[in-house]
Amino acid sequence: MGQEVIEDIRKDYVYDLIEQGKRADGRGFLDFRDITVERDLIKKADGSTRVQIGDTVVLVGVKVEPGAPFPDTPNKGVLMTNAELVPLASPEFESGPPGENSIELARVVDRGIRGSETIDLEKLCIEEGEKVWMVFIDIHTLDNDGNLVDAAALGAIMSLLNVTIPYEQYGLTGEDTLQIRDTPVAVTVVEIGGNLLVDPNVYEESAATSKLTVISNADGSISGLQKSGSSGLTEEKIVKMIEIGIEKAREIREKYLPKI
Amino acid sequence: MKEEKIELIKDGKRLSGRGFEELRPIKIDVGVLKRADGSCYFELGNNKALAAVYGPREMHPRHFQNAKMAVVKYRYNMAPFSVDDRKRPGPDRRSQEISMVSRKALDPVILRELYPKTAIEVYVEVLQSDAGTRTAGINAASVALADAGIPMKDLVSSVAIGKIDGEVVLDLDAKEDNFGEADMPVAMIARTNTITLLQMDGRLKKEEFERGLKIAMTGCRKIYELQRAALVEKYSKSGNEE
Repeated sequence: MGQEVIEDIRKDYVYDLIEQGKRADGRGFLDFRDITVERDLIKKADGSTRVQIGDTVVLVGVKVEPGAPFPDTPNKGVLMTNAELVPLASPEFESGPPGENSIELARVVDRGIRGSETIDLEKLCIEEGEKVWMVFIDIHTLDNDGNLVDAAALGAIMSLLNVTIPYEQYGLTGEDTLQIRDTPVAVTVVEIGGNLLVDPNVYEESAATSKLTVISNADGSISGLQKSGSSGLTEEKIVKMIEIGIEKAREIREKYLPKI
Repeated sequence: MKEEKIELIKDGKRLSGRGFEELRPIKIDVGVLKRADGSCYFELGNNKALAAVYGPREMHPRHFQNAKMAVVKYRYNMAPFSVDDRKRPGPDRRSQEISMVSRKALDPVILRELYPKTAIEVYVEVLQSDAGTRTAGINAASVALADAGIPMKDLVSSVAIGKIDGEVVLDLDAKEDNFGEADMPVAMIARTNTITLLQMDGRLKKEEFERGLKIAMTGCRKIYELQRAALVEKYSKSGNEE
């Protein structure tokens, strides 16, 4: 019970600050926290990236393995995205089967990559109807101080960019770099008391009335959207949030991702 | 994995160039996670393990509470990308057993009677595995418990010994584990020489076991010194800053 009271006090504090045009850590409303990325930390993975945004830490690993295609797409590789909100990462996370939050996180990241056709799945066919490459993106949260989605999505695209397809390991031959055709970047915009902010920390997330994740591509197009939070949004707000999302994504792309 | 026999010892040296009683390089970072009450990152050769401690906090569900002392929960989990063939996410029989023996390895040092009805939760994530992950996890967890300020009698230190090409050696790597004849993880309370975890897979003669245990205990003492040094370093540093 004590926990809930503290939660409420924190929410009020965040809310009051924002009403005065301020954020607890001194950032502007449209500033991200510092982002640091480290690549290829996991030698057992075919591509991996540790992304840190402020105190939020996510480790994304990609593994590529041969397997059977889905019956309805016999000539296409398989893309699977999975997220684990492991209890190590937050006092609020619990062990057990994936809950709705981890499913949402994985699906939003997946949608951005699928929607932008970042991976040409037809190129991942080894033998039609029999054998294709399966690309597993595993999102492992390590420390949750808010905005896991943006961190995970950045980790996913950066890991994919570094993937070597393990042809030799499986006695096969072919092009071993994974062809990447776009660089989708997720930016989550939240509304708190009528104000729009990017990159919410965990307290801002709990004070937010609504939240929109905008995933946009190198050409400025959108390849994924996800609204969450308890309140509705006006059309005007949504348009504004998308503009912010695309602009911030452009800045992140320029800094961390290569031109495709 | 191919199962053909390979030579693990050549000219009196292991494939990695290590001596028979030599540990892999160890790196310990204390207090690496913000949300956790205590945390530790532990590298043992190519193993990368991260431990977080939460609590003592209210025990859920309530019927698991112990009216006389805290209950320690321990979860050992492997990231899907931590191994050669992707591991299906979530607990399996192996990880459940490891979680249980690791908890029992730590239970004896924690002053659980100070916190009746609560849970002390230990979460270990193996980010990259190269044999010896349970020992790396216990070493990380023990430091994370200290970092969380949980009253303890001492740290617990852990390492495995094994038998490869007929020789008893310390701290097997994955190749040695796959092709070797035996693997025996040990955890110990260094100050009292009390063994709190002992498992064995494979086949050892009695003399080999006895020698192996001695080698493991010496290894544990070395790890203990590194664990202590990491804690001292963290807390002497933060003391200066504040």
